[in-house]
Amino acid sequence: MSSVLFDVPGPKARTRYAFMNVFTLIVVVGIVAFILFRFYESGQFTAKKWEIFTFPLVQENFLKAIGATLSAFGVAAVGSLILGIVLAFGRLADSKWVSRPCYWFTELFRAVPLLILMMIMYYGLSSAGIKGITPFMGVVVGLILYNGSVLAEVFRAGIESLPKGQQEAGYAIGLSKGQVMRTILLPQAVRAMLPVIISQLVVIMKDTALGFLILYEEILFYANSLGSQIQYGSPVVPGLMVAAVTYVGICLILSGVAKLVESKMSSRVKVIKAKVGVAG
Amino acid sequence: MNVLIDNSDLFLTGFKNTGILFVISAFFALILGTIVAGMRVSPAPAMRAAGTLYVNAVRNTPLTLILAFFALGYPKLGLPSIDFMTAAIVGLSLYTATYVCEAIRSGINTVSVGQSEAARAIGLPFMQTLTLIVLPQAFRSVVPPLFSVFIALLKNTTVAAGFSVFESGAIRAYLSERGEPLLPGLLWVALIFVVMVLGVLTPLQSYLEKKWRVAR
Repeated sequence: MSSVLFDVPGPKARTRYAFMNVFTLIVVVGIVAFILFRFYESGQFTAKKWEIFTFPLVQENFLKAIGATLSAFGVAAVGSLILGIVLAFGRLADSKWVSRPCYWFTELFRAVPLLILMMIMYYGLSSAGIKGITPFMGVVVGLILYNGSVLAEVFRAGIESLPKGQQEAGYAIGLSKGQVMRTILLPQAVRAMLPVIISQLVVIMKDTALGFLILYEEILFYANSLGSQIQYGSPVVPGLMVAAVTYVGICLILSGVAKLVESKMSSRVKVIKAKVGVAG
Repeated sequence: MNVLIDNSDLFLTGFKNTGILFVISAFFALILGTIVAGMRVSPAPAMRAAGTLYVNAVRNTPLTLILAFFALGYPKLGLPSIDFMTAAIVGLSLYTATYVCEAIRSGINTVSVGQSEAARAIGLPFMQTLTLIVLPQAFRSVVPPLFSVFIALLKNTTVAAGFSVFESGAIRAYLSERGEPLLPGLLWVALIFVVMVLGVLTPLQSYLEKKWRVAR
């Protein structure tokens, strides 16, 4: 193994690397063992604290909580993508009356903390006399406004990274600006920016957990509420562990899909190139 | 305007604590992130694996959950108790360090190969190649991504409000206790964040970016 940063190891370096390996292993195993030992010592692994997860009602409610998280994620993801495209088109519009407001919109909503946005939507608006705002709406609208602004910048960067000839060719065959944007630039920009777009979707997924703080009954909220079950030994830590595994699992699936799509895309481009090569 | 003036004590304490959380967490995240980045490019496979595991595990966990663990789970483990502020700083540092690590790692990739080859040619071992030659150049080129990480950290400090830390995110709860109008209060909080991000951090970023630009 060698890289730009170090040479192929000689005999001395090999022993040094072996020592570093063993040292790291000892430290990592030490940390993990210490954490597990503390969990064990404080009785987090006793059957009593995990018994609650065997009840069908708890399992059902936990599935419902996962459903709540996923539905907030789904609605927010679709909404952010749409808002992102609209804002990106707005920023690239010819008229200053359209592009300036879109610019300020994206800058403003990227600078406000997401939690504060959710609070404005949920607590702020209901205190100002607007009725019927649920935590779900607070979470989703907050997520859409923030991530829509982030995605707008992503789409814009994608469109601007395309060679100018693409637009010019579109105009040359008589397409209008809207048609050039929709049928020529956007599809290519989305493809170029797909890895960034999907990693932003993972961010949306993680940020649904903020709903916990404005009383949206999602995974973390439910896991935490289990902690108040005193007759089962208030299983806060087991609850949080289950929640963590669920979140990491969902996010890893999303990242996995991202990798799959990316490799599919790049292989398709290769096929096109190869065909061109044969034809040429 | 009245909400801001009448409750200036809330806003002052809140944003003072936000500032404390931000500065201390940024400091530790920068140090830890640099160390983990070094581990992820090191010649020892176990170090690389440990760094990768840490980054992937933490980056896929919501910050809210990490803070919940340190605020609600940690006290149950029978370890020496820490106050909520410290718990929030630990959680924010651990979470932000993974993003700092990835930013620095991408910076290491931008340093041209000739630099580290020259370092190796004059016989510098890995640690010296990294700390004397590569990292100083990498830091200069990662100013923009590092600043977006820190801007995200500044905004993320509000999450600590959910776990008994009195900072800017908690101003709402105190306002509603005093029966003050919430919407104007929250809009003021949002406005102060906009000023901090667009008025302070972003100009600082472009200043440092210009000052530390490497001629290539």
